[in-house]
Amino acid sequence: MKKIVALALALAMCLSVLSFAAAEDQITLKIAHIGPLTGAAAVYGMATSRGAKIAADEINAAGGKYKVEIIDEDDTHDAEVAVNAYNNAMDAGAQLIVGTTTTTPCIAVGAVAYEERVFMLTPSASSTAVTADKDNVYQVCFTDPAQGSASAEYIAEHNLATKVAVIYNNADAYSTGIYQTFADKAAEVGLEIVSTTTFTDDTTDFSVQVADAQNNGAELVFLPIYYTPASQILIKANANGYAPIFFGVDGMDGILSIEGFDTALAEGVMLLTPFSADAQDEKTQKFVATYQELYNEVPNQFAADSYDGVYALVAAAEKADVQEGEAAEDICDRIIAAIQEIEINGVTGTMTWSANGEVSKTPTAVIIENGAYVGFNN
Amino acid sequence: MIFLSNLVNGISLGSIYAIIALGYTMVYGIAKMLNFAHGDVIMVGAYIAFCALQYWNLPPVLALIVAMLVCTALGITIEGLAYRPLRQAASLAVLITAIGMSYLLQNLALLIWGPNPKSFPATTMMALPTFSLFGGKLNISGVTLVAILANIVIMLVLTTFISRTKVGKAMRCVSEDRGAAELMGINVNRTISTTFAIGSALAAVAGILLCSAYPTLMPTTGSMPGIKAFTAAVFGGIGSIPGAMIGGILLGVIEILGKAYISTELGDAIVFAVLIIVLLFRPTGLLGKPIREKV
Repeated sequence: MKKIVALALALAMCLSVLSFAAAEDQITLKIAHIGPLTGAAAVYGMATSRGAKIAADEINAAGGKYKVEIIDEDDTHDAEVAVNAYNNAMDAGAQLIVGTTTTTPCIAVGAVAYEERVFMLTPSASSTAVTADKDNVYQVCFTDPAQGSASAEYIAEHNLATKVAVIYNNADAYSTGIYQTFADKAAEVGLEIVSTTTFTDDTTDFSVQVADAQNNGAELVFLPIYYTPASQILIKANANGYAPIFFGVDGMDGILSIEGFDTALAEGVMLLTPFSADAQDEKTQKFVATYQELYNEVPNQFAADSYDGVYALVAAAEKADVQEGEAAEDICDRIIAAIQEIEINGVTGTMTWSANGEVSKTPTAVIIENGAYVGFNN
Repeated sequence: MIFLSNLVNGISLGSIYAIIALGYTMVYGIAKMLNFAHGDVIMVGAYIAFCALQYWNLPPVLALIVAMLVCTALGITIEGLAYRPLRQAASLAVLITAIGMSYLLQNLALLIWGPNPKSFPATTMMALPTFSLFGGKLNISGVTLVAILANIVIMLVLTTFISRTKVGKAMRCVSEDRGAAELMGINVNRTISTTFAIGSALAAVAGILLCSAYPTLMPTTGSMPGIKAFTAAVFGGIGSIPGAMIGGILLGVIEILGKAYISTELGDAIVFAVLIIVLLFRPTGLLGKPIREKV
């Protein structure tokens, strides 16, 4: 009797070891997503969070080497809150970070992550300050300089306008960064900037800025800003009977999802973005369909960047051969080496990374037509 | 012409500040406390009007009434729950409570209405034409005219109410000497409650006007205009009802002209610099009455 019990116990032990080994085959990769899930910039944070989750679900369903677990943290687009969110994520055992979504928190979290050796891949924080002097921070999106100069080049190349006005947020690193390179490039390609005005996060009235652009005869207004103030500017311009071309960058993405906003006002607004939801390739269509099914809206560029970001992190982890339960600081340097070697063919284009953390991919412009983003070909 | 157009924009912004400042100054004048949650009651009023128009499909007049009723109830509740227990406490404690209340309202709004900004249906609320003068060079929006008109009406009604009615008399008594008023049989708590009720109903009107002129609505919508309006109230002489209106309009005009002719980057700095200068020469504000300390 004792023998039988012993045999059974031994068998049970063998089985449990076996089953343990089976689970061991798939390595759990804990990726923290940090972004503004609440607050003024929540549209971006929700988009990156959802994009990351869709990518994780796909990767898990495919059942490859890694099983991705997303740890979602809210930074409310605030530098201090973001550092707390980062600490929470690290306490929860995060190994890699896809985030943070917006620039200002990303600079703050990047500084801590650099000290603690945690690898970050931000989907959408596009300032160069995000990656400057930090070997552990990489971007999925274009940098601000790239956005600013690419916009100026695009406007000149497609003869959209010669007289240009710029309205930017001088309290925001993202906005001023793009403005600077836009201004430099504009001079180079022969665009005349006839009006430059600024505002801050607390501005409620945009009449001076819009009137200045209008009175100086700008044919195109460049808005390197987020969509909330942009919507105010569109409303004000419409009230003044001023209808130039409005040209935005990735922060403009989201203007169609403001509840109660008359999207007719955004008709004809152009923005430079590497992702267009109406692209015909299979990858984009599948991503857009899944996103629509789950969240009942068309994904924007932020969601796409984050989706690609998770794929890039998993590919880099595979290249760096990350093992179960390895600490963030132990894999950081290996991931840094790995990400420079991989090439990701994602929904925002084919991406490679250079040692300074910047991505290389090709920008395209989209235009808002009938309340949807449509690829712009001129 | 550009100057005129800037002036109109300034008056438009200023009239919104003025209407918020009226609420601030009224509560301060009578209850002698700074209700920093006033800006957030404005935001709640705007959200209620938004819901009334967008979700419940109520006509604009009903939306206004519903928003005023909800804000009145909210004002009385805030006063009763947060400020009344502190009636005997140091004024600093009340001030901190008011700031706490402000954050509480903002975060409640975040919970209820979510973080995404909403665009206030300004044209549904006030289907008013924009008046174009001089061949379209000068545009005066209907909202601006309504705001100015509302200011004048509210100012007149408030002044009459406070100087002519029995409740108004009680309010003046409470303002002058709370202890003595109580001895004379005035119900201080009820008087202050009434003050908050009126102030909060005004906040609903202010919220609707603010969002009709500048249609972005989010949980922080009320905070910056609230602070500017508080500045306007101090500028005009806090506690003085005509002072709040003059202060508000001047502040708006200075802000817009400063932005237009000096620098958009320095707009707010100019506003506050002017405030400091005024307070240096007239510490009680433009229309404030100097109070002599009796020794």
